[in-house]
Amino acid sequence: MINFNKTSRYYGDYCALKDISFRVKPKEFVSIVGRSGAGKTTLLKLLLKEEKASSGEILVDGKNIDEIKEKDVPNYRRKIGSIFQDFKLLPNKTAYENIAFAMEAGGRTDEEIAEDVPQILNLVELADKADNFPYQMSGGEKQRVAIGRALVHKPDILMADEPTGNLDPLHTWDIIRLLCRINELGTTVLLATHDREIVNALGRRVISLDRGQLIRDEEKGRYIV
Amino acid sequence: MFEGFKRIFKWGLKNFWRNGWLSTATVSIMSLTLLVITVLLMLNVVANVILEELENKIDISVYFKLDTSETDILKVKDQLEKLEEVNSITYVSQEDALVKFKERHKDNPILLQSLDELDVNPLEASLNIKAKETSQYASINQFLESVYYQEIIDKVNYMQNKDVIEKLNKIVTDVKAGGLILTLLLALIVFLVTFNAIRLAIYSSREEINIMRLVGAKNWFIRGPFLVEGVLYGVIGTVVSLLVLYPVFYFLSPKLSGFLPIEDIFGYFQDNLLAFFFLLLAVGIILGGFSSWFAVRKYLRR
Repeated sequence: MINFNKTSRYYGDYCALKDISFRVKPKEFVSIVGRSGAGKTTLLKLLLKEEKASSGEILVDGKNIDEIKEKDVPNYRRKIGSIFQDFKLLPNKTAYENIAFAMEAGGRTDEEIAEDVPQILNLVELADKADNFPYQMSGGEKQRVAIGRALVHKPDILMADEPTGNLDPLHTWDIIRLLCRINELGTTVLLATHDREIVNALGRRVISLDRGQLIRDEEKGRYIV
Repeated sequence: MFEGFKRIFKWGLKNFWRNGWLSTATVSIMSLTLLVITVLLMLNVVANVILEELENKIDISVYFKLDTSETDILKVKDQLEKLEEVNSITYVSQEDALVKFKERHKDNPILLQSLDELDVNPLEASLNIKAKETSQYASINQFLESVYYQEIIDKVNYMQNKDVIEKLNKIVTDVKAGGLILTLLLALIVFLVTFNAIRLAIYSSREEINIMRLVGAKNWFIRGPFLVEGVLYGVIGTVVSLLVLYPVFYFLSPKLSGFLPIEDIFGYFQDNLLAFFFLLLAVGIILGGFSSWFAVRKYLRR
């Protein structure tokens, strides 16, 4: 499903990622671990086509994402749901509107939106916060809105960049459980984190990065630095 | 497509409303800009009227020797009327001149008495010539100085008034050019202020634009609501600036009419209100829309 092939990314002379190669199968749950600056975020940015690889290629569903035309990038991004450490919610829109906006952007009809958004809010257990603005919600709630938004296009891949970085332990596990459930429903999950406890408790595949290089790739791995 | 427009409009209005303070600030700046433009336009109108009045006061008079026949004078008049530079000519006969002289000096009985004692009318017939432009008097004078007329013309008062005419001519051209430059300069300044105010307003939304891109929104869908907001700044700015100017002109007009050649500034403003409205609306919408479009473009390209 996802295939990184000798992918590198340089910022000037600084090497953020060097010759990274790995494959992710459909419905897999993969944790990408490493210290800050190891290259996790860069790797996800390349996958989302926020940045371009300096060399090597990235294939998604067998297609080189470098060949996606600029005008087709929005469509491509809708196939990948993404969540971030800082939630990236639209500050001037309520929980409901944040999710509805993503659906509108995807060209869905008003009827579909009226039907799907409440369902998604139920799934992330936020039905009662539909009309709250981001500043009226806790970190955990914001992240759940973000997950809800990431799911509206029924993406094949869900990409989470340190989704629990700003959360307390209780909310952290809420989010991780939600990600596991989404994975069980058939979505491939890529989770970038440096939280040792989470990675070890999950007991799933772990890809370890260190200073831009892939140093370990294990099924049922653990966080070892 | 229609649904897309509807949504863009909806988000534009919602953002405008929810960004309350930012919208208020931007609308205020837009209103000030449109206000300045209106005042500049009015000033230009007033200045033009003043200049026109000044220009109207200038003319040159050709005085004919006492023994010149009216036919000869009218012949000269005909010749002059063929000149391109000439706007109008009035013929003042000896009799007319006398009537005017008496009228002007009716408070001076000694002068009138001495005039009565004369057997002949000592006043010369004349032609009052107005040129189309102040600068053209020199060439009209040149025409009159040609040998052909030397025998019948006593004097042309151009030489006496030459300095005044030239000075006035310079003032008229300078004021026109200076006014234009000043108007353009001020207009440019207020344009830039508004343009940058809108850019700053959108700068505060740059992260939002980035998020919209990340959730897969197409560029037109991101840009649309900002354009709607920009256009709204223009529309509301137009209404606000006219609402402010209307009472201002109403109260100021009677106070100004004393020393301005325009009798009724408020009347002029009121007569042209619709024209002002559409002009300001066009300026506001184009300025607001263009500024938004331009500012968002920067963040869409990253």
